[in-house]
Amino acid sequence: MKDNINITIKLFAQYRDDRFKVEQRVCACGIRAKDIMDDLGISEHKLPLGVLLVNSKHEKEEYELQDGDVISLFPKVGGG
Amino acid sequence: MSDKIYRVDMSNLTYKIEDVPADWMGLGGRGLTSTIIAAEVDPECHPLGPNNKMVFAPGLLSGTTAANSGRNSLGTKSPLTGGIKESNVGGTIAGVMAKLGVKALIIEGIPEDDSTFYHVHVTKEKVLIEAVPELVGKNNYFVLDAMEEKYNKKVAVMTIGRPGEMKMLISNISVRDPKGKLRSHGRGGVGAVMGSKKIKCITVDAQNYKEVTYAQPDKFKEASKVFTKALQDNPISGEGLPAFGTNVLINIINEAGGLPSHNFRSGHSENAEEICGETMAEKIKERGGSTTHGCHAGCVIQCSQTYNDKDGNYLTSGFEYEMIWAFGANFGIKDLDQIAKIDALMDDLGVDAIETGVTFGVAVDAEIIKFGDGVEAYRILAEEIANGTPLGRVIGGGAGNLGKLYGLVRVPVVKNQSIPAYEPRAIKGQGITYVTTPMGADHTAGYAVATNILNSGGFVDPLKKDGQVELSRNLQIASAAVDSTGMCIFVAFPALDDPKCLPALIDMINARFGISLDGDDVTNLGSTILKIEHAFNLKAGLGSADDRVPEFMKYEKLPPHDAIWDFTNEEIDEFWNF
Repeated sequence: MKDNINITIKLFAQYRDDRFKVEQRVCACGIRAKDIMDDLGISEHKLPLGVLLVNSKHEKEEYELQDGDVISLFPKVGGG
Repeated sequence: MSDKIYRVDMSNLTYKIEDVPADWMGLGGRGLTSTIIAAEVDPECHPLGPNNKMVFAPGLLSGTTAANSGRNSLGTKSPLTGGIKESNVGGTIAGVMAKLGVKALIIEGIPEDDSTFYHVHVTKEKVLIEAVPELVGKNNYFVLDAMEEKYNKKVAVMTIGRPGEMKMLISNISVRDPKGKLRSHGRGGVGAVMGSKKIKCITVDAQNYKEVTYAQPDKFKEASKVFTKALQDNPISGEGLPAFGTNVLINIINEAGGLPSHNFRSGHSENAEEICGETMAEKIKERGGSTTHGCHAGCVIQCSQTYNDKDGNYLTSGFEYEMIWAFGANFGIKDLDQIAKIDALMDDLGVDAIETGVTFGVAVDAEIIKFGDGVEAYRILAEEIANGTPLGRVIGGGAGNLGKLYGLVRVPVVKNQSIPAYEPRAIKGQGITYVTTPMGADHTAGYAVATNILNSGGFVDPLKKDGQVELSRNLQIASAAVDSTGMCIFVAFPALDDPKCLPALIDMINARFGISLDGDDVTNLGSTILKIEHAFNLKAGLGSADDRVPEFMKYEKLPPHDAIWDFTNEEIDEFWNF
C-alpha cells in the first residue's frame, strides 16, 4: 500500500486571496478534506465553507482523499 | 390618490386611465401581469398580431424605501415560445411608475398606419402618443440620449433597438438604469411584441410624482431594517455578489460539471479561468472600473459592475454570468474584453444575451461561424443583425428556428427558448424548472442551482432525480410570489437560509398596504400565479408534450459525469399536481 497520495487543490473566490489558484500536493494516506482546510486556514476563514467538491462531486469535510483526487473549495457564492 | 390602470390603444392612438378592479388590487408585478394577460388576451392569438397585449407592472413594494424592490414585470404572449411570458427587469422604471400611481400600463392594438414608429409618454394626468420618425432605425443609446434631452436625466425609458423594430425573436426591451446604462426586459422576444405595436420607446415622467405612502410607516421601517440586514449579512448577497458579480458562478458551475460548453456537448469548459468572475474582478481593479453597481435605486447587493478596457476606457456594465457563459464557454471566446465589446453592442441593439449567445453556439454546428470567433460574431451582430440581412434574420430568429432551418438535432431549447447557463443533465433540479415553467427554458423561474450546487436552502444531489420535482415546484411557487413584490431574485439567497428574511418581506407588504398576509397567503399567491400561467399555455396549445428537454439530452452523455436526462414523462408531469 502506498504511504502517500497525490492530490490537486483548487481554490476559488476569496479563498484565493494570499493563497493560490491551484496546487499539487503529496499527502499522507488517510488525509481528510477537513485536514486540507485546516492546513490552509480555510476552517477559520471569515467566510465559512460554501461548497466542497471532489472530482466535480459534492462531498463532506470528513471525506477521505484518494490518490489523484481534485478537491475544489468555495466560500458561499451565488448569482444567476 | 389611489393607483390607476393606464391603458393605451395603439389601433387609434388613444388612452384611458381606469380605476383598478377590486380583483387586481392586491396584485403587483408578475401576479398582476399574468392575471391581466390571462384575462384579456386570447391564448390562441398571434403574438405579433393586434390581439396580443403588453402589460407593464411594478411590484407591490416598488417605489418604497425597501431595499432591492425596484423590479418591474412585463407580461405578454411570447412570439418565441407561443406561451405566456413574464419578464423581469431592474432599472428606474418600476420605482417611477409606482410613485406616479401607475398600477399597470397596458398596451393593446396595432396602428393602422404602420409606416412609422411611436413614442408613448406617460404622466400622472395623461398619455402622449406621437410619431417619432427621427428615432426609426436608431439603437438604444441614441434613444436614451434623445429622451434625456427632451425631458431630463431622471425620466424612465424603455426602448427597442433595430432588431426589435424588425420583430426579431432575440430582441429585448431595454430599460434605463440609474446611471444611464441599460438593463433588459429579456427572454421570449418581447422586443418584437413592442415592435409589432410600432412603439419605439415608452417614457414615464419622473418629476411630478409623489413618494408612496405607507399604511403603517413605523412598522414598515422596522421590517425594512430587518430585511436589509438579512441581505447584508448573507454571505452571497452581502459578500460574494458585490465582490465578483454574478460571474462568480463560472468556476463553481464548471467545477461541478454543469457549465454547458461547445453547444451543450460538455459540462466543462477549458476557457473557465480566462472568463471567470475572479479574473474579471482582477481586471476591473487593475483598470479602474468598479465591481459594484446597482441596477436599480435602493439596491444593497450591487452585483453589477463597470468594466473597462486595458486603457481604462469604459467598455460595458451589467456584464453578467449568462452573457459570459454563452459567449465564453458555449460559443468559445477566450478573451473577456471581446465578450465585453459584444455585450455593449448587444445592449445598444437590444438583443437577449442568452437567446443570442445560444444561437451563436448552434450557428457553429450550422457552419455559419467558427467556434470562438468573436470578431466574426461581432460583425454578424453589427452588420447582419443590425441591418436585418437574410443572415441577420436567420440568427435573429433564435436557436430553435436556426436549428430547424439547418436540420440540426443538438438544439438546446425548451418551448423554443434557449436553455441558459446550467446543464439540465448535470443539474437535474434546474432541468425540471426548464421543462415545467410556463416561460420556456428560464433559470430565474425556479433556481434549483441554489440547492443542487450552491448549498443554499439545503442540498439536493444535482446528479440524482430524487427530490428534484418537489424542489423545483417549491422554488417556482416562491419565485412567482417574489416576482410579484418587485424584489430582486437574489433576495432568494437570504430567504433560503435566514429565517428572518421572508417574514420581514411579508411584514413590509402588510405595513405598506395595511393588510395581514401570512406565509401561507404568499405561497398561495405563488401557486395561483403558476396555475394561471399554465392554464394560459394549455389553451395556447402548449401541453405536457412541450414540458420536455430536447431529445438529444436523453441519449448523449454529458462529460465529465456522463450524465443523461433520465426523468420519465410521468415523473415530470407530477410537477403540476399541487
